[in-house]
Parts: sequence; C-alpha cells; structure tokens
Amino acid sequence: MKHLLRSASLAGVAAVALTLSACGGGDDAAEDGAAVAPTDAQAEITYAIWDENQKPAIDQNIKDFNEKYPNIKVTVDLTPYQQYFTKLQTQGESRTLPDVFWMNGPNVQLYAANDLLQPVTGLVESGDVDPSKYPDALNELYSFEGTQYGVPKDFDTVALWYNKALFEQAGVDLPTDDWTWDDFTAAAGTISEKLADQGVYGVVTELNGGGQSSYYDSILQAGGHVISEDGTSSGYDDPASIEGLRLWADLVADGASPSVQQLSDTKPNVWFNSGKAAMFWSGNWSVAEMKDSPNKDDFGIVRLPEGPERRATVIHGLANVVAADGENVEAANAFLAYLGSEEAQRTQAEMGAANPAYTGTQEAFVDSVPSFGIDVFLESADEMSFPYPISKNTAAWNALENELLPQAFSGERPVEDVAKELADAMDEELAKE
Amino acid sequence: MTSVDRSPRAGAGVASPARGSTPRPAGRAGGADRRPRRSHDGWWPVLFVLPTMFGVVLFYLWPIVQTGYFSFTEWGAFGGQTWVGAENYVRLASDPDLGTAVVNTLVYTAIVLLGIPVAMVVASLLNRPGMRFTAFYRVLYFMPYVAMPTAVAMVWRLIFNGDFGVLNWLLGLVGIDGPAWTSTPGFALVAVSVVGLWTSLGFAIIILSAGLRNIPPELYEAAALDGATAWRQFRSVTVPLLTPSVFFVTVITVINGFQLFDLLYALMGQANPAIQQTQSLVYLFYNEAFLRNDKGFAAAIAMVILLIVGAVTLLQFRMQRRWVTYA
Repeated sequence: MKHLLRSASLAGVAAVALTLSACGGGDDAAEDGAAVAPTDAQAEITYAIWDENQKPAIDQNIKDFNEKYPNIKVTVDLTPYQQYFTKLQTQGESRTLPDVFWMNGPNVQLYAANDLLQPVTGLVESGDVDPSKYPDALNELYSFEGTQYGVPKDFDTVALWYNKALFEQAGVDLPTDDWTWDDFTAAAGTISEKLADQGVYGVVTELNGGGQSSYYDSILQAGGHVISEDGTSSGYDDPASIEGLRLWADLVADGASPSVQQLSDTKPNVWFNSGKAAMFWSGNWSVAEMKDSPNKDDFGIVRLPEGPERRATVIHGLANVVAADGENVEAANAFLAYLGSEEAQRTQAEMGAANPAYTGTQEAFVDSVPSFGIDVFLESADEMSFPYPISKNTAAWNALENELLPQAFSGERPVEDVAKELADAMDEELAKE
Repeated sequence: MTSVDRSPRAGAGVASPARGSTPRPAGRAGGADRRPRRSHDGWWPVLFVLPTMFGVVLFYLWPIVQTGYFSFTEWGAFGGQTWVGAENYVRLASDPDLGTAVVNTLVYTAIVLLGIPVAMVVASLLNRPGMRFTAFYRVLYFMPYVAMPTAVAMVWRLIFNGDFGVLNWLLGLVGIDGPAWTSTPGFALVAVSVVGLWTSLGFAIIILSAGLRNIPPELYEAAALDGATAWRQFRSVTVPLLTPSVFFVTVITVINGFQLFDLLYALMGQANPAIQQTQSLVYLFYNEAFLRNDKGFAAAIAMVILLIVGAVTLLQFRMQRRWVTYA
C-alpha cells in the first residue's frame, strides 16, 4: 500500500468519459462553495499530505500560489502514509478534515459516498479546472456515481527495473521491452543460482503489503481480474487470476525471489537499491529513491514482461480534494485549482517529486534522471494500463489480501485454496457495501 | 501513605498501598479512630480532590462507559451507531483470532515477568555496599524504559533481521543458521517478548532498589547478632521485606503486558506474514478499529481486555495476603 500513496495513477484505459457526464449533471451537489476565492481573499487553510519526499516541491507550490493569493496562508500537515488514513478517518468522523488533502483510489469512494468531499463540478463549470487535461482513467478513478470529486495530481504505472551489472556478472542477456514471462522467470532463476554465493536474488517485489507492483499486474497479464467491473464480486477465484498469483509462488519456491519473511525483514526496495537483487517490479515512485542509490548507474527500466494473455500494468494516481463543509471552501478551491494547474504540476515534475497528471508536463519528470529511461512508465500508461481495483470499502478486502496471500506465496498452502478462500471472504465484504 | 506514618504498627492503612487511603473496616486500632476524624475535615478534602476527580471521570471513567455502550452498536465508517445488542460479543466469541491473541498476550506477559527475578538480582548487586558507579549502572538499566518504544524497536529490527542482522551473524559464527526472527511465527513472539523484558527491566530495578533501601539496617544488625548467616539474612529479612515492592512491580508489569501494542507494531509492522499468529489483544483491537474500520466490534474487544485485566489484577490483590509482608 505504500506505493499507492506515493503514486498516482491512471492512464490508458481511457475509455468511458464518465467525466463528461459528471460535468453535465450533479448541479445540486455542486452549488455549495463551488466558487473560487477572489485574489485578495484572506484565509488560513490546511493541506494534508503523506510523502515527505514531496514536501519541498509542495512548499514551492505554496510559494507560487501566494504570489497570486498573498493573504491565503497554507499550512502543510504531513502524516506518514501508515497513519494518514487512520487519522483522516477520525478527522472525517469529527468533521474536522483538513481543507485540502491528498486522496488515493482505495479511499475515494468511501469519502465521496459519505458526503465528505466537495465535488469539483462547480470548478469545472467556471473553467478553473479542466478535466480534459488529465488522463481519463484518473478522472474516472476520482468520480463516484457520475460526479467527480478530485483533481488529479500525479500518476504511476509499474515497470521492470533491472541492474545491468548483476546481469553481466551472471552472464544473462539484459531484459528488453519484448520479454515474456518465460524469459523473465528463466533469467531470475539463472541469476539467483549463479550469484547465490553473494546472496543475490533474481527478482524482488512487494508480496505482503499490497499488490500494485506485483500480483495486481501479473493477474491482469494472465487475463484475470481482482474485482469485477461493477465492483460487486471478487475475481480471485478466476483460474487466470490464480495463474497470476502462481507466478510469484513459483518464483519464491524456486529461490529466484527471497521468501515472504525475507521481504518482510528487508523491504524489496532495499534489496534492489543495495544491489542484492537483479530485478525489481516497481513503479515510478521509486525514481526518487533510486536516483540516489550507490548503484544508480547500473539501473535500467523496461516494460513488464508479457503474460500468457497480454501486457498489462495497473495505473493509479493521487488527487487533491477539498473537504465538504470546510470553513474556507472558497480559499480551498482556489488552492485546489492552482495545484491542478499546468504551472504547479510542472514544478512537481521539475523537482522530481512525482510524475504529474497534467498532460504535457511529464517530460520534465522523464528528464530528471535521463539514464533510467523513465519514459517507459508513460508508454506503459498509454499502451497497457488497467484501472487500479477499488470498491466502496477497499480497505476491508485489502486487509484480507494482506492476511491470506502471503500464505500462498510462502508455499504454506496451495495457491488455489488460498485464492478460493480469499474470493469468498472478499465477496462477503463486498456484499456489505 | 500518610496513614503509614500515623500508625506504623497497624495493618489498616498500610495493607494495600495501591488502594490508597480508602477507609476500610480493618478491624484494628488504626482504622477506628480515623472515621470521626474524616467528618471533622468537612468538605475541604473533597475540594482538593475535585480537580483530579474531574479529570479521571472525564477522561477515564466516562470513555469506559461510552466504550461499553459502543460495544453493543455497529459503527458506520464516519460515525453513526446502530444498536445491535450482543451481536459483537457473539461474533467475538467465535472469532479464532481472539483465542490466539489471548494466548499470545499471556505468553508475552509471562516472559516479561521473568524479568522480575533478574531485576531483583541486579538491584541487590547495585545496593551492595562498596559498589562503584551505581548511579551509572542505574541510568544504563533505566534508559531503555524511558526511550521511545518505536526507536527501540527500530534498533531491534536491525538486530533481528534474518539475512543481515547482528544476531544471526553471531549465531552463524557458532554454526547456527538463525531464522527471520520478527517474521516467523513462534520466533516472532519470543523476539517481541525479549525486547519487552529488556525494556521493562529498568523500571523493576529502580522500584526494587528503592524497596531494598527502605529495609532498616538495624534489622540486619539484629539478625547478625542473633547469628544469622548472609543467606539466612537474605531469606528472612530481605525477601519478606521486599515483597511489597515485588507485588507492586508484578501488578504493573502484568497490566503493561496486557497492553502490548506499540512494541509489537513497531517491531513487526502490519504487513508481516507472521502478524496474525503473533498479534496481541490490543493489536487485534487496533486492527479491527482502525484498519478494518469496525469500531463497534473493536469496542467489544476493548471491553474484554478491560475485564481480563480487571479480573487478573483483582486476583493478584486477593492473593497478596498469602505472600506479601508489610512491615
């Protein structure tokens, strides 16, 4: 789940212009506080975020915002991701939400359904926010029942990171954009075997803290799904989904990947960062960390390997939202509109904070570390991305995934059994929504 | 404790320091003359106690009442309670995680209690006449207790790391291939308990040291004159006179043991493959309340924890008559 926070998503999938219908309808919802404050407005607002790495870019955003709105004081409230949504939930309950805050896919429907978020419909109508400048998949992710509630901030997809030096040492050909699962698993196996004396593994990824950079992608590549399109039933019992899970169980069983325990003691990014793993499934949120790695000159990025059914990556992105019933909704709206602007998002890209959502501003992010080949993430977004699986109470079944799936990846229980149990338990949670 | 000074020989006021000055029909001289005195004081004492009572009622007792009420409700994502009767308790009774959590909590508490004998030995050593640098040692032992549990856990995580930890490196030197301590069921609970024991040692040592210093030296002199050996002095003077301190430390350690959470959370993390088999009662509560967002059910867990801690503490107070000696 950590990545979720950091990343933003969206892309491809375009499809369905739900957004448009959102702009048309939803008048009643939008009436309240839809306006943007005048530039001489005086107010104090809070902006809640969870990623410390992005703080410098956000401080810069606030500085630029204050050139136009000198009397709106913005205070940043930074809470680490692990506690962010726990705190936000309590704030929501006591109706003391921050004026403007970060939102992610798994949580947006929960807050929107409980009327805690201000629809952006009014800002769209007044021209302060233009949804067509953001990927459709992101607009869709932040819409609930036809109304859009968030302005996309950034997005991320997943790709295959690799360490050239380790591939060369093991005498294995470097990965390419045309790799298949077979190429990938063979390389992972060979490298772990040849470099075993150095304690180097073929591949690492997050296996017990959410599936964004591992099984969500492999399930899609195998042709399966995590949740049905209408969000009412689990896809974990789909044979294709089971095949997607088995990819990781097999890699662990073969010793090509560290065990679930090892990945819990030492996080996947640490294995890769320190040159103890040759490949790493991860998203563009890792750029900020890996550009400072001692092994950074050996790192490269290619598309995720093609599965038995297709190429795929999930896409997710963050959005900025405004709390409904806030005291300074107009000032908050002004700040929200600014954060969604081309200028603000370009600043984020240039400072290497995130891969921005605003069309045309991503170049600066790609150029921030030329040797990595960051454009792979954008291509993946355009060509092979699928929406991040969510429902109204995503957290409930995310907890089930984290509880059950490690048993399958560790080989403790057969993958089929775990997947069936997970599907049943998840269906039960979905029925409660 | 004023009552102790007033009637040093009567058991009444001293019998249970933890209960403070609650008037009890003690059946001894001390208690009898206290009651009329109280009424003499009029309403002044009430006035002095009021600010504290206000805080206790508002921030401790009232929330307990509220939690009791919430445990019979289903709690919406952002508030709004619906009365569901005993449903949460019925569900809890059939939840396999509850049994695991109770057992884990008991095991943890038992292991941490092992620290008390250790603390007794260390405290005795620190109180030996002629011992140098006692203040230094005392600070050394007490430091883990005042350090932030999260910071402590971060350091121990590094020590326990399965692939790159110091502990497994040391074990490797003698040919043992150590497990991933904090992420393997079974080992994880032991690892957490050991750190819990280590952090609580300082507290026990300080209390026991104070207890040792309170033993009047005349008693040892008298015992020596009567021909008691060092061992006999320890057994017949030190041990009985130290029991009130041991009792106090035991009660506090048990209550703290039942509240195990921050250490477990920081040492293992919520995305740990062994967390389900290692979770404590309070972790179970946290998981339901804040991760699964089922606060009504979590309130039921909180009430169960309260009842268990209350029952165990009550039992300890009942049992103290059998082994605690008050001078």
